[in-house]
Amino acid sequence: MASVQTADIRQAFVTHVDDNRLMDCMRCGFCLPACPTYIHSDQDETQSPRGRIALMKAVRDGTIAWDGSIEEAFDLCLGCRACEPACPAGVQYGILIEETREAIQSVKKQSLKERIVRKGAFEHLFADQRKMKTAVNLVTFYQKSGLQKVVRKIGFLELFPPFMKEMEQILPEPAKRSRPSMDKAQVQVKVAFFAGCLMDTLFQETNRRTIELLEKFGCEVVIPKGQQCCGALHGHSGELDKARRNARSNLAAFDVVGVDFIVNNAGGCGAFLAEYDQLLEQDPVLATKAQQFTAKQIDISSLLVKLGAVAYLESLPATASTELVTYQDSCHLRNVNGVKEPPRDILKAVKDCTFVELPGADLCCGSAGIYNVLQPEMASRILASKMMEVKGVQASTIITTNPGCLLQMKVGIEREGLSATTRALHLVDFMYEKVR
Amino acid sequence: METKILEQLVAITGSQYAKTTAAQKLAYSYDATPNFQAMPDVILSPGSTEDIQAIVKVCATHRIPIISRGSGTNLAAGTVPTAGGVVLLFNRMNQLLELDEGNLTITVQPGMITSEINALVEPKGLFYPPDPSSMNISTIGGNVSENSGGLRGLKYGVTRDYVKGLTIVLPNGELLKTGGKLAKDVAGYDLTSLYVGSEGTLGVITEITLSLIPAPASKQTLLAFYNHLEEAAEAVSSIIAAKIIPTTLEFMDKGTIETVEDFMNIGLPTDCEAMLLIEQDGDPLIVEKDMALMHQLCMEQGATSTQHAQTEVEAEQLRIGRRSALSALARKRPTTILEDATVPRSEIANMVKAIQQIADKYDLVICTFGHAGDGNLHPTCLTDARDQEEMLRVEAAFSEIFEHAIQLGGTITGEHGVGEMKSPYLEWKVGAAGMEVMRNIKKAVDPLQIMNPGKIFAKDTKKRVVVQHG
Repeated sequence: MASVQTADIRQAFVTHVDDNRLMDCMRCGFCLPACPTYIHSDQDETQSPRGRIALMKAVRDGTIAWDGSIEEAFDLCLGCRACEPACPAGVQYGILIEETREAIQSVKKQSLKERIVRKGAFEHLFADQRKMKTAVNLVTFYQKSGLQKVVRKIGFLELFPPFMKEMEQILPEPAKRSRPSMDKAQVQVKVAFFAGCLMDTLFQETNRRTIELLEKFGCEVVIPKGQQCCGALHGHSGELDKARRNARSNLAAFDVVGVDFIVNNAGGCGAFLAEYDQLLEQDPVLATKAQQFTAKQIDISSLLVKLGAVAYLESLPATASTELVTYQDSCHLRNVNGVKEPPRDILKAVKDCTFVELPGADLCCGSAGIYNVLQPEMASRILASKMMEVKGVQASTIITTNPGCLLQMKVGIEREGLSATTRALHLVDFMYEKVR
Repeated sequence: METKILEQLVAITGSQYAKTTAAQKLAYSYDATPNFQAMPDVILSPGSTEDIQAIVKVCATHRIPIISRGSGTNLAAGTVPTAGGVVLLFNRMNQLLELDEGNLTITVQPGMITSEINALVEPKGLFYPPDPSSMNISTIGGNVSENSGGLRGLKYGVTRDYVKGLTIVLPNGELLKTGGKLAKDVAGYDLTSLYVGSEGTLGVITEITLSLIPAPASKQTLLAFYNHLEEAAEAVSSIIAAKIIPTTLEFMDKGTIETVEDFMNIGLPTDCEAMLLIEQDGDPLIVEKDMALMHQLCMEQGATSTQHAQTEVEAEQLRIGRRSALSALARKRPTTILEDATVPRSEIANMVKAIQQIADKYDLVICTFGHAGDGNLHPTCLTDARDQEEMLRVEAAFSEIFEHAIQLGGTITGEHGVGEMKSPYLEWKVGAAGMEVMRNIKKAVDPLQIMNPGKIFAKDTKKRVVVQHG
C-alpha cells in the first residue's frame, strides 16, 4: 500500500483514534492468552491486542513509518474482543480498532475492485433491507431452480477460492413454512424484535421460530418496519459514518419507549446495537434516544431465561436420547454483552440431550463477519483447532447464537467430513425442536 | 545492522522464524514498563540450544546486543532492547524435557508458560510454588532471569529457591551446565544462583531444572477489612509475631480495592481503607488452627469485617483480583508506574505510612498493594507520562520511597529485578563494593558487553535525595 503517505496516515490517526483510549493500555500483557490471533501466530506480539495498540500509538505519534506490515497487523484482528473482558485496565479495544480502521479507510486509495465491493456491500446490500431480500431471493432461486445442482455438477465453483465453494455448500435450505405454530402464552412483556439483515433473509426460518418462542413464553412481539442492518459490518470495516447512518435509521424505526425490551437473535448484531449509545454519543439529536435503545437491548437466550424457559424445559418429559450437545460462544455476545450462562442454562435444561462444554468455547471460531473471506489462512487455522475440540468432545450438535458462527461451524463440519455425524444449529432452532 | 550480518542471523533460524518488518520491530520494542521503548534490529525464534549458540557466535563476532525475552511482562524495562540488536524469543522452545518423580524435579525449556508447569505436575500430586501475578502469561525463563516472586512467596520463597540446574549459552557461544538434580551439591561457586536473577546479562538460559514439592493437602482463604491502613499493617506484624507463616498475606489499599472491584465485580467493600488477603495451606488440622488464630489476630487489630472464601472458585476469584491489581489501577490515570520497594516485614506499617506521606508531599496519587507478609510492597503511582512536570515529581517521590525503604533495612526490588529502570538505584542497596564485584563478574563473563547491555548497570548512580521524614 505504497500509495498511503506516512504523514497523511498519521494525521488520520490523530483525527480518528482517541489518544486517551490508547493511553489506557499499560502493556501488562494480560490480553495475550485471550487473543486468538496471538495464539494462532505462535505468540507473535504483532498479532496481539497489546502489539496492535502499541502500533496504533506509534503511527499516531509518528514514531514509525507506515507500511504494509502495520496494516496487516490491524487487518488480521478478528475483532472478537476477547481481550476486553481479560483486560484489568479496562481498555476499550473494540472502539480503538474501529477508529483505526476508520483512519486507514479515510486515506486509503482503494483498488477499483475493493471500491465496488465496498460500495455494493455497505451502500446497498447492508444499507437497504429490500435489496438484501432481493439478493437472497436470488440465492433461493439458485437453490430451488436446480441451478445449484448443475453448478455443483459441472465444477464451476472450482474456479473460485476454496472458501466460496465451501460457503456455497453450506447455504441454508430455503425456508419451508410447514409447521403449525405453537400455543401462545399470556402476554407478560412487550418486545420489539430486531430481525437482522442476514437472519431475516438467509435464516428467515430461525427468525420465525424466534418469534414463536417469544410468544410461547409470554411476549407480545412487534417487528418495526424500516429497520436496517445494525451497521456492525460497516463499523468493523472502518466505515463508521455509514454505521451511524444505519443506526439512525434503526432509531427511527424502533419505538424505544413503548416496549420493555428490544430483542435480537444474532450475537454480532446484539453487541453493535448495545453500543449505539457510544456510536452516537456525539449526536446532538439522537444521543439520548441511543442510550434508551442501548438500555433495552437483550439477546434471545437471556430473555427466554428471564421468562422462565429453563423451568419449562426441565418440566418436559425426557426421552431416551444420546445426543451430545456443545456450545460455541458468539464472541460478541460473550465479550461485549457479557452473556455467558443463559445459552448454556437453556441447553442444560433440555432433558433429552447431554450438554458438554467445548474447551475454548470462549475463543473466536474465525468467522468474524467477513474475516474468513478476507483472511482465509488465519481463519482456517483457527477453525481447524476449533474442530479439533469439537471432535475431542464428540459432540453431535454444535449450538451457536450468531449467523456468522453458525455458517463457520457448518464450514468446519464439511471440511472435517463430519456431516454424517455432526450438525450445527442456532440455539433457537434447537430449542424449537425440543419445545414444539 | 548490516544486511550481511542480518542475513547470517536469519539463516540460522530460517526466515519463517525471523521477524524483520517494521510492525514486528515495534511490537518487540517494549515490555510492561512505562516510558521505555526502543527498536530491535531483528527478532529471532531459535528452535534449539545449538541455534542459540550459533546466533550468539555471530553476535559476538560483530558485537551485536542480544536481549532474551519471554512474554515481555517485565516491570523494570529488563527486556526493552534499548541498545538495539537481536531480541531472542523462546516461543519455539517451550517444551517439557523431563518430569522426574523419583527426584522431584522437572526440566523444561525456558519458553514454557509458568502456569503450565503446575498444570503438568498437579496430576502427580506435585507442586511448583512460585506464582508471579503474571504466571498465565510469563515464561519460566523470564521468571528465572528476573528471579520472580509471587503471592505464595511468604511461605515458599521466590524462583531462586526452586532452580536446581541450568543450561546456559555463554556470551562466547560455549555451553555451561550448572547444578543438577542433586539434593546436596556444594562444589564450587554457586553458578546456578548467579544466573537466577541475572536478567539476561550473563548468557542465555536454554534449559531449566526445577525442584517440586508435594502438593499441600488443603487450603483456606480469608479476607479482612480495615478502616485504617495502619491497622491492617499491624495485623500483618502480629501474625508474623505469632509465629505463623501463612502461604499468602497480601495487602491492598482503598484505591486498589476500588479498581479491582471495578474489574472483577466480586463484591469487595469499596468503603474500607485496606484489605488483607490471607491464605494458609497444608495439613487440614494445622490450616484450621492457623486460620482461626489469624482471624482472631485480625479482629484484635481492628478489622471491621472478615469474609471466608466458601469455595475454591471464590478463593481463586480473590486471587485473580489481587493479581490484577496493578493492571486494574491503570483505569484511574493514563500512566501507571509501579515500584517494588521491600522492607523487613516488621517495618510494613512504617513503610505504608511513609509512602502515604511521600505521596502527599509531592501531591501525587500513590496506591499501595503488595505482598505484605514478605515486606514486598508495590506503591503504584497513577500519573500521566505526558505531563512533564508531574513526571519529575513522580521521580523524586520514588527516589524518596527507595531511600526510605533502604533506611528501614529494605531493598529497591523484591521480585521484579533491576532492569534499566532501577539501575540508577542499585548502588544504594549493594554499595560501591557490591557494584564493583558485580561489574567484575559481568566483565569476566561478558567482556564484549553483548548480553542485554544497559541493564542492571547504570551509567550514573542517582544522587541520594535529601529526605525529610515527617
